Amino acid sequence: MANKAYQKIYTKLDGITKATVSLRAKGVSNDELAVVGGKLAQVVRTKGDVVTLQVFSGTEGIPTNAEVIFLGEPPTLKVSGQLAGRFFDAYGHPIDGGPEIEGEERQIGGPSVNPYKRRQPSELIPTGIAGIDLNNTLVSGQKIPFFADPDQPYNQVMADVALRADVDKIILGGMGLTNDDYLMFRHSFESAGALEKIISFVNTTENPPVERLLVPDMALTAAEYFAVEKNEKVLVLLTDMTLYADALSIVSNRMDQIPSKDSMPGSLYSDLAKIYEKAVQLPTGGSITIIAVTTLNDGDITHAIPDNTGYITEGQLFLRADSDTGKVIIDPFRSLSRLKQLVQGKKTREDHSQVMNASVRLYADAQNAKTKLENGFDLSDYDHRCLDYAKDYARDLLAIDVNITITEMLDRAWKLFGKYFTPAETGIKQALIDKYWVK
Amino acid sequence: MKTKGTVTGIVSNLVTVEVDGPVAENEICYIDLQGVKMMAEVIKVNGKNASVQVFESTRGLRCGDAVEFEGRMLEATLGPGLLSSVYDGLQNNLATMEEVFLQRGEYTDPLDHSKLWDFTPIAKPGDKVIAADWLAEVKEGWLPHKIMVPFSFKGEFTVKSIKEAGQYNIDTEIAVLVNEEGEEVPVTMTQKWPVKVAVRNYREKPRPDRIMETGVRVIDTLNPIAEGGTGFIPGPFGCGKTVLQHAIAKQGDADVIVMAACGERANEVVEIFTEFPELIDPHTGRHLMERTTIICNTSNMPVAAREASVYTAMTICEYYRAMGLKCLLLADSTSRWAQALREMSNRMEELPGADAFPVDLSAIISNFYARAGMVILNNGERGAITFIGTVSPAGGNLKEPVTESTKKAARCFYALEQNRADQKRYPAVGPLESYSKYLEYPEIIDYLDNTIEKGWVEKVMKAKNIIRRGKESAEQINILGDDGVPMSYHISFWKSELVDFVILQQDAFDSIDALCPLERQQYMLDLVLGICEKDFDFEDFEACRNFFKNLINELRQMNYSPYKSEQFYAYNESVNKMIA
Repeated sequence: MANKAYQKIYTKLDGITKATVSLRAKGVSNDELAVVGGKLAQVVRTKGDVVTLQVFSGTEGIPTNAEVIFLGEPPTLKVSGQLAGRFFDAYGHPIDGGPEIEGEERQIGGPSVNPYKRRQPSELIPTGIAGIDLNNTLVSGQKIPFFADPDQPYNQVMADVALRADVDKIILGGMGLTNDDYLMFRHSFESAGALEKIISFVNTTENPPVERLLVPDMALTAAEYFAVEKNEKVLVLLTDMTLYADALSIVSNRMDQIPSKDSMPGSLYSDLAKIYEKAVQLPTGGSITIIAVTTLNDGDITHAIPDNTGYITEGQLFLRADSDTGKVIIDPFRSLSRLKQLVQGKKTREDHSQVMNASVRLYADAQNAKTKLENGFDLSDYDHRCLDYAKDYARDLLAIDVNITITEMLDRAWKLFGKYFTPAETGIKQALIDKYWVK
Repeated sequence: MKTKGTVTGIVSNLVTVEVDGPVAENEICYIDLQGVKMMAEVIKVNGKNASVQVFESTRGLRCGDAVEFEGRMLEATLGPGLLSSVYDGLQNNLATMEEVFLQRGEYTDPLDHSKLWDFTPIAKPGDKVIAADWLAEVKEGWLPHKIMVPFSFKGEFTVKSIKEAGQYNIDTEIAVLVNEEGEEVPVTMTQKWPVKVAVRNYREKPRPDRIMETGVRVIDTLNPIAEGGTGFIPGPFGCGKTVLQHAIAKQGDADVIVMAACGERANEVVEIFTEFPELIDPHTGRHLMERTTIICNTSNMPVAAREASVYTAMTICEYYRAMGLKCLLLADSTSRWAQALREMSNRMEELPGADAFPVDLSAIISNFYARAGMVILNNGERGAITFIGTVSPAGGNLKEPVTESTKKAARCFYALEQNRADQKRYPAVGPLESYSKYLEYPEIIDYLDNTIEKGWVEKVMKAKNIIRRGKESAEQINILGDDGVPMSYHISFWKSELVDFVILQQDAFDSIDALCPLERQQYMLDLVLGICEKDFDFEDFEACRNFFKNLINELRQMNYSPYKSEQFYAYNESVNKMIA
């Protein structure tokens, strides 16, 4: 964004809304950046010589005679190895007191990978959390969100997952993070001694909401640099995508666009897909995996944001408070990893998928028993055993504070089967029963 | 002379252009962005201003940039080599692009110009021909690929000369035709056709009169789709739309399969690239990829090309149908296409219809579905396009414009249900809500009477009725409790579970169960209905449950065993003993 020798300065705004300004200007290119009264803005519409700009930090205090300078370029990020270990704001400026980054300047929100050049994801990403590794195994190149109510500890879980995952870089894109959560991330990264592999782009609740729109593209441009250029395994954390979508609706509303479902812009699906589809397994070995957070309103997944997200991502992880154990668990029924079969039993032990199915099915039987109990019907011996099993299963395997290897998870599951059930009740293939059954 | 213009306005990928000459609706133009030519399509004209949708990102475009109009609509290139290709929505060959990232303004040729094809002439000099008549044949894989008089040719032609048998590339002039005015017109192996215009070079389009086998019981047995029929699969995310569609693509009884991945996940397309070349077509024993063309415009690719992708796919099917082949078109998902229309209509500030979709959505969808169908070609041969689209209803609610519009256009409805998916009852096609209108066609009833057995449709209705009654009983049991209802309720419920577990449910990942041929479907339905017609009595509901659970288990083992194998008959025997 070097200053040019001659730059035309405009000083007459024709219109101002909370998020946009418009003025007459010539030779302006679509998507290019401008500075309006000292604030960064981006061209979102041109009609003849009337240009509409979206002002990222809001238009408060911008007068009609504010200076407008066009920068001639869309938003960019300087990429190089120096990004590692640093914290940036939504514009890619350091907020950790360190020096500016030197490197190649890249436009953010660049082109997509040719689908024909992609490879099928096949590498396991272990997290130590059985609710994920055992039931909803993650694969590199996958994109998956946590669906969680705002009161659940999703950011903490995500930080844990990131730090345990065996990846080369972790890139945090924080959108509307509370200052407390931002400091929590920073503290967890620092105390894990993993700072050198972490890069953060953060927009907190103290920053203007429209700035958030830059965060995912910043984070993913950095991710593409490391995955494509350095062939690294990159994990991108995006939290909270609901707040990102809210910012989209603010801008589209100010541009007088007709809203579709839940007052979201009609392009919400494409807008979200553009971000999530950056997840990729490259032929050269590098990969980008995206774990996101979509906060829900009282568990409602039919709202436009989680609904569109679900159609884009490869599964979802549901957090839920379990009343039996008082712990937060990963809900085995509503969670799903669409790519799990690419690694289960292939990169993990042969009994993985059978053990997973049996343990979830027995947990479902326990739920049925519970319903019977609540409706005042008598419970059979099997029902009682299921209920006892469910408590152990939730505590020893589903709870998010579990941190063990997948083999240990499988062994734990076999132990529970042996404690409460007969081999026939588990419905597992005889060959596996012979090999792994614990008496 | 070409019409030229300059850019006067930009909102995302909607660009307004001031033009200096005539332009047509849906005409293609190229916008020059500092030397990069970006393709766009006219969608509205108002005085001297044309609104165009750009098939690329408009980043960096300025007012005043030059535009050149092509005087033609968006066209597909048709010729040998379409099969086993992977295209984007504009028919660019994705396999021949070099960069890992898609480059703006990079358009690659759909067909290989150097490959030589084994050519055999069909027409002789002196023959009178019209558009779509067969001139010659080349071998595309195992398929006889007909070289036709281009669809766009009007009037009658006389064949002046035709190449003798040999090996030629697609650009070879294989014949010279003479039109009614005596002008000579050369013909090569390729032709172009505007994708948004239906190919109508056939004699008639009769009602479908036979079914297309898919090997999926819940479709073939309960709600069969006709060869040349239309159907759609709506369902919330996570209900198995993609798995079901892939199963149909792998097993469908068709000569040519075109899959349009329209605005869906890229990794799903990668799965097709990775798996299909390994898989064998159960009907011919050849590699699946040999009969498959993939059109992929994934969700992160330019939105405007999403709409083009389904039309490109349909045009390719129409081309193969004109050769007298059976084509199957699968589009996943038509909702994404509708959303692309919505985005554009929104940017043009048109008055919106329901859920902000354009008001003519319903007409656009039904026009598209109408392009499918079985036809009798001019030479009396038959060809067919069977079309199955998926719909992704917002929030899983079927009362939304895309589902409702599609329901009016498609004849088969395969409703995927969340609660069946939650219970892992796959394929999660709801047995009572789903329907096939073809079961009411006298032609189809006759066909089923003749090919499966007399009275087949009545049997199917019986099975549906068992499920309906079972559902009513289940509701009563839930309200009154296990002990609060007579035994007959338990029996009726468990009979419906029997149909559900043995006929409706099918394991798409099991090598045997995934594909169930019609003969086997008939065997299983007869067996299950035979059981359901029996009268049972039990001590108590526990005994009833245990009996049916064991029975279901044995019958499922039959589904997992090779048809008519020793194992299959052993389980059959044990079933017979249990019900004796």
